[in-house]
Amino acid sequence: MSTAPHPIHVSLDGLSVHYALGRTLFGTPPTVRAVDGVSLDIPRNSFFGLVGESGSGKTTLGRAILRAAPVSAGRITYRDAEVEVDVGALDKAGLRDYRTRAQLIFQDPYAALSPRMTVRDIIAEPLEVMKITKSREETDERVRDIAARCRLNLEHLRRFPHAFSGGQRQRISIARALAARPRFVVADESVAALDVSIQADILNLLKTLREELGLTILFISHDLSVVAHVCDMVAVMYLGAIVEVGPSRRLFAQPRHPYTGALFSAIPSLDPDDRGRAQRLEGEIPSPANVPPGCRFHTRCPFVQDRCRSEVPAWREVAPQQHVACHFSEELAPRLTRTRQPDPAA
Amino acid sequence: MAPPLPETPLLSVQDLSIRFRTDEGLITAVDNVSFDIAPGEVLGLVGESGSGKSVTAKALMRLNPGNTVYAPESRIVLHDEGRAIDVLALKRARDMMVVRGGRVSMIFQEPMASFAPALTIGQQMVEQLLLHTDMTKRQARTHAIDMLARVGISDPAARIDQYAFEFSGGMRQRAMIAMALSTRPRLLIADEPTTALDVTIQAQVLDLMRGLVAEYGMAILFITHDLGVIAQMADRVAVMYLGRVAETGAVRQVIRTPVHPYTADLLNALPNVNDPDAPLTPVAGDIPSPLDRPTGCVFHTRCPRMIPGTCDAAVPSAHVVAPGHMAACFALAGVPA
Repeated sequence: MSTAPHPIHVSLDGLSVHYALGRTLFGTPPTVRAVDGVSLDIPRNSFFGLVGESGSGKTTLGRAILRAAPVSAGRITYRDAEVEVDVGALDKAGLRDYRTRAQLIFQDPYAALSPRMTVRDIIAEPLEVMKITKSREETDERVRDIAARCRLNLEHLRRFPHAFSGGQRQRISIARALAARPRFVVADESVAALDVSIQADILNLLKTLREELGLTILFISHDLSVVAHVCDMVAVMYLGAIVEVGPSRRLFAQPRHPYTGALFSAIPSLDPDDRGRAQRLEGEIPSPANVPPGCRFHTRCPFVQDRCRSEVPAWREVAPQQHVACHFSEELAPRLTRTRQPDPAA
Repeated sequence: MAPPLPETPLLSVQDLSIRFRTDEGLITAVDNVSFDIAPGEVLGLVGESGSGKSVTAKALMRLNPGNTVYAPESRIVLHDEGRAIDVLALKRARDMMVVRGGRVSMIFQEPMASFAPALTIGQQMVEQLLLHTDMTKRQARTHAIDMLARVGISDPAARIDQYAFEFSGGMRQRAMIAMALSTRPRLLIADEPTTALDVTIQAQVLDLMRGLVAEYGMAILFITHDLGVIAQMADRVAVMYLGRVAETGAVRQVIRTPVHPYTADLLNALPNVNDPDAPLTPVAGDIPSPLDRPTGCVFHTRCPRMIPGTCDAAVPSAHVVAPGHMAACFALAGVPA
């Protein structure tokens, strides 16, 4: 190891992923702005949450970082102790090396595992494809090591995926993603397909692996209560842009963007006496092919004013490490605090 | 507070056991389940995959596939204006029509799969009104437009002639609710109605359903895996595990003072947004395969309070811990009720 690695593992600078929607004979086809000018710093060894509704672009953002979605504009910089690379400019050899550093854990452990391969072969495949190990003995050793960390035993390695439950399959899926010893992992809705009783087990495993292996995890999820539990930083995405980012404790205690506030208050509370107390968002997320002018949230914002319809809000720091894109964050803050906070005086 | 149970429940399920004939033999999906729903009551049925909650719901409308075997002692009785309809004894599809879409309506998890893709929303809504009411076609169409407006669909007179694919996910679920309620059923079965929706849309749909229940006075059997949704919607809840009811009671009792080890474990495994610092404790082990159903109490393989020689040998019966609050667990027998 050389000098201490840069504190920021991955940084995005004005990242956009735009798709042309079909072809037209006349004029330009409409553009879907899936990710639209995102700048974001993901600190090393963080459990970084990315939340938003469907259609917010969170999955596309995660894929762009892994070079699995085309970058239209902007820059992705990846840094670890050995390399600093411009992800968008990687050539074939550079990309092969990058794939050993940054990996993806899939959502659906039923669809992600080949039914014709043994668990051992599934976990070994990336090592062989990327030519990371030199011999079968070395491969087996790596497989056994990562399998043990994911609480799979030698007996499991000989079997086929159909013999496993959802939770076990997700552990296999995680073992495969980590076999190449990546430093950066994108976990896209990795617990969404699991039952509640199993979900906690996978979340705890991801936490442990992050500490043991020094991973940085970009945890993409629509489930805010899960994110509140595991993540130390959270970014909230709406219609292709980040509207708020901050340390998760602070963000949950005091959201500074009306969308964050509404998203939190929409989570069904476990307390039956909270019924109907939440603030409600009207309408649905607009199409990313037709992003509203000004603040992109203004069509649904309960606090919308004239300025929001025309002027794009600046990205600014409103509290230590907490950034927000809202003209009226200071005035609105007291109204965005979750009403369900336990009363300290009680 | 849950409304007190009147003399006659709207729906009464007794000793319901459902098995499926498969190549691997008979698979038990529901085992000796009993519950009542009072008129106007919202009963939550909560459980993980394989708990039998959807199979139970489908049995109420006899929608389970042809390889389904109902045990002979199973009874599903719908009380309707003094008549008692024994649903499982109905022979012909014509007789089922009183139940299906008439007295009982159902909404499903994925509304895209529930609407016919080649018919407009309006054609489907009108068709069922013609079948179940004595409305004329013109009246049915007017009523359908009214219903779409009631569930918050803007410009319903134009929207009614569109197809399901032209609606967004949230709008499809609203249209589904409008369709299910248009015949004014006494009982609505909602099978994971908000699971496929985003939280902000889920909140809108739950508000809508809560308002309509209050206004129409119908009962709901609300099926979900999400205890938060149950806390927000239900009066009473039945917690199911591997085809059996583990615990049942008023929603406040069950969520605040769960007595069955499975309910308690499930609540501990759940991330609570009101308390993000609480550790997440997974339920030990995995959900057993339906082909490998545990003997005795079905939860004994994962239970922290398992009593060897008892829990793996005999099936616990429901133990009353408080009025209306019951749990099937041997470990509770020693606890003073």
